[in-house]
Amino acid sequence: MTALLIALLLFGASAVGSLIFAQRGRWPTFLGAGGLILGSLCGIIPATQVALGAPPQSLRIAWDVPYGSLYLHLDALAAFFLVPIFLLCAVAALYGAEYLEEYRGKKALAPSWFFMNVLAASMVVVVLAHNAVLFLMAWEAMALSSFFLVTFEDEKESTRRAGWIYLVASHIGAAFLLALFVLLGRHGSLDFDHFDSSAGAGVLFLLALVGFGTKAGFVPLHVWLPEAHPAAPSHVSAVMSAVMIKTGIYGLLRILTFLGPAQAWWGWTLCVVGLTSGVLGVLLALAQHDLKRLLAYSSVENIGIVALGLGVGIVGLSAGAPFVAVAGFAGALLHVLNHALFKGLLFLDAGNVAHATHTREIDHLGGLIRRMPGTGVTFLIGAAAISGLPPLNGFVSEFLIYLAGFKGAAALDASSSSVPMLAAIAGFALIGGLAVACFTKAFGIAFLGHPRTEHAAQAHEVEFAMLAPGFILAAGCVLMGLFGCYVVRSMGPLISNVTHLPPIQVAQALANAAGSVAEVGFLGAMLIGLVVVLSLARAAALARRRVATAVTWDCGYARPASRMQYTASSFAQPLTETFAMLLRTRKVVTAPRGLFPQHAEFHTRTDDPYQRYLFRPVFHAVGRGMASLRPLQQGKVQFYVLYIAITLLALLLWQLA
Amino acid sequence: MISGSLFPLILAAALAPLMQSVIVRSKSVMAGRVGPPLLQPYRDVWKLARKGAVYSNATSWIFQMGPTIGLASLLVALTLLPFGGFAPLSAFSGDFVLIVYLMALGRFFTVVAALDTGSSFEGMGASREVTFAAFAEPAFFLALAALVRQTGYLSLNPVLAAVSTATWTHAAPTLGLTLAALIIVFLAENARIPVDDPTTHLELTMIHEVMVLDHSGPDFAMIEYGAALKMWLFATIIVSVAVPCHSGNRWLDTGAALLAILVLGVATGLLESSMARLRLLRVPQLLLVAIVLAALALAL
Repeated sequence: MTALLIALLLFGASAVGSLIFAQRGRWPTFLGAGGLILGSLCGIIPATQVALGAPPQSLRIAWDVPYGSLYLHLDALAAFFLVPIFLLCAVAALYGAEYLEEYRGKKALAPSWFFMNVLAASMVVVVLAHNAVLFLMAWEAMALSSFFLVTFEDEKESTRRAGWIYLVASHIGAAFLLALFVLLGRHGSLDFDHFDSSAGAGVLFLLALVGFGTKAGFVPLHVWLPEAHPAAPSHVSAVMSAVMIKTGIYGLLRILTFLGPAQAWWGWTLCVVGLTSGVLGVLLALAQHDLKRLLAYSSVENIGIVALGLGVGIVGLSAGAPFVAVAGFAGALLHVLNHALFKGLLFLDAGNVAHATHTREIDHLGGLIRRMPGTGVTFLIGAAAISGLPPLNGFVSEFLIYLAGFKGAAALDASSSSVPMLAAIAGFALIGGLAVACFTKAFGIAFLGHPRTEHAAQAHEVEFAMLAPGFILAAGCVLMGLFGCYVVRSMGPLISNVTHLPPIQVAQALANAAGSVAEVGFLGAMLIGLVVVLSLARAAALARRRVATAVTWDCGYARPASRMQYTASSFAQPLTETFAMLLRTRKVVTAPRGLFPQHAEFHTRTDDPYQRYLFRPVFHAVGRGMASLRPLQQGKVQFYVLYIAITLLALLLWQLA
Repeated sequence: MISGSLFPLILAAALAPLMQSVIVRSKSVMAGRVGPPLLQPYRDVWKLARKGAVYSNATSWIFQMGPTIGLASLLVALTLLPFGGFAPLSAFSGDFVLIVYLMALGRFFTVVAALDTGSSFEGMGASREVTFAAFAEPAFFLALAALVRQTGYLSLNPVLAAVSTATWTHAAPTLGLTLAALIIVFLAENARIPVDDPTTHLELTMIHEVMVLDHSGPDFAMIEYGAALKMWLFATIIVSVAVPCHSGNRWLDTGAALLAILVLGVATGLLESSMARLRLLRVPQLLLVAIVLAALALAL
């Protein structure tokens, strides 16, 4: 616990320090990034120890706030979320120090580092807090600090709009959490140990699902993600998408531990939410042209995968199938960690691309792997990992969820509990196929072929400080893919904590699952070895032969130009066309006319259907309703005196009656 | 971690191209031609493997890695495939998930290698490939789920070993529907008519063949050989379900399975001779039929 407190102190000190020395050239960067890195290194040690099975620790200090207490508790669940938080904060600080240099002199960097440290500290406290008041204060600090980070480039209209949407969404979510904690603490204490869930566990579950789901980005509460993530600087998007939205998953899991025996319909609900988020998230990602917007939607997809794993686990739990429960929860939790690694990596690489080419439009890129080899290879690893391909980490967590689903399909024979299992398997397979489409598009169009514009042709590889974080995360993706079984084996305390299953049963199921994951890792290593051997054999064979270079075969056409290449939109077109009902893509077409056409244009735009057809009408209606109250606000003192008098009169009458 | 026998892998490596020539031969006979010799696919691979290579000036190392990773992932997938009573090298709970995702890995790299050439034809093929795969994967997984539910095992070897004539007598509809779904997936994944025509001469209408237009020499040899291995993998699963021969003598079972693969090859050839390729827009509908068939198999 001491190390965690030192970490929090370091975050606080570097936050304040970067503000105090705001005018001193590079000082804010050194202080802000340095404190963030040191604090993270300090905190990651106890977090890893507890996540790997060390006993939980807690710290409790009385606090003057009503119902509040400074009650921090580090158990396996908290530790499991803390590890990626510290890791991502450290690499994002390393990256941001270089990334923000471009803005030095043009914008004040000190506030950015201040809020970055506040965000890190508040995420840590959210995960550690064992008192509702402390939790909600940290939750709010997290929302506000990230709001200021998102609006870094507030001179742009689109950024201000994104920040606004994010702020509104955060507070709608927080309102549900407030109600949740009031209900949970209705017998006096707001400490997590004394929560009372004797009645209405279903209502509490729904409140938690909406409140935490808004942060996590479940469809249709995801609308802020595709706005906020592209608007923020890339290291901020990486932290937000990789770890901050996961605090929503953490909160949901924490609440589940209070709610007593899990009911089957919670699992069903989470399966439905997960499938919807997964399928819609990946479809919307596929339809995007903006690299960071694509990644934001893919976060929605991955949160859907996590929810699906939890749903399968809860259905298994309520149907009395421990292996299904354990594999489902283990897969979901591991996917939280894995997504932190590859999504952090992909956002940082997207930042590199934006930094080098000054555009995020996929259709304006191309050929970057020759000009930016380091970014290219790490993006490839991230893209393959996020598509769930072996031998990388994404496959390991998805494999566990598949295992849970297939075990459920086989074991839960007669009961209707097998329906969500089968839906999960089919939906998961669809999501997997679409994810491959989405990320072959992102990587293939942006990094391969010929550069499509001058921007892409002029790109240069970024500085080492911006590459190193990507390499660290990519190494994490490979290592987790090969040695994931060791992580799975150590998840026993965590999963028995969340599922309330007896530790022996959990250990047995985990050992089974880890056995399969170990085989996957072994075959993954074999695959890598085989690729190396085949490549060497191929290189040796070609070394003695004639290897020529020519233009790409274009069916006899000898002068292919870069504009003739397939674009991201055309690549995704068959799928977006098939799912047009769900996507509602709008097209602007100016067809070529006449014998000698001069001008033609084709442009597609896929806005978020939920924002367009659900939230915008609702918010407009609310706005109109509120506008009708406007005559009350006349700005004349007499009217306000009148209101006071009427209120007093009404109160008097009420008291008399 | 290695338990079973190498035999299924060796068999696949040795005989996979032969199944392709069986298809070609039966098509030739149907068309009234003699057709190329049965060993032609081996000769093609051997000839290509000994050649030099031509690379497009648009391509990077990704283009050269693609075929290698595609072949390697298929070879690893084949270590999980049982054949005619012989256990595969490795078997564990959920191994079939790894098989499907290894094939997805191969597809990922075939697709990005195609995009690396910057050719719009290859981009078109790549786009179609990922589109159809997104529909084929759910169908394949649901068919696997039906088999898992029918037999109660979670690993390919015991699942296929548990399908027997007794299973067919008491669950014929389930197995029949599963088999139908598997056959559609087999045709789609291996670029056969009615999904794709491997022998067409118009790049615009191709799917798989157009993605590999720019590959040459040893790279193309790996692609051709990998395609044969992939077909063998699907054919083995289909044959193990359709003709569950468990006589007690593994050699006898192997012989029966080989015979069944021969029949499947001839049947594919007959199918290709008797119908035309579907319009591309119809292909997702065909794959949806496979999904529905597999879902029905599960509902029964």
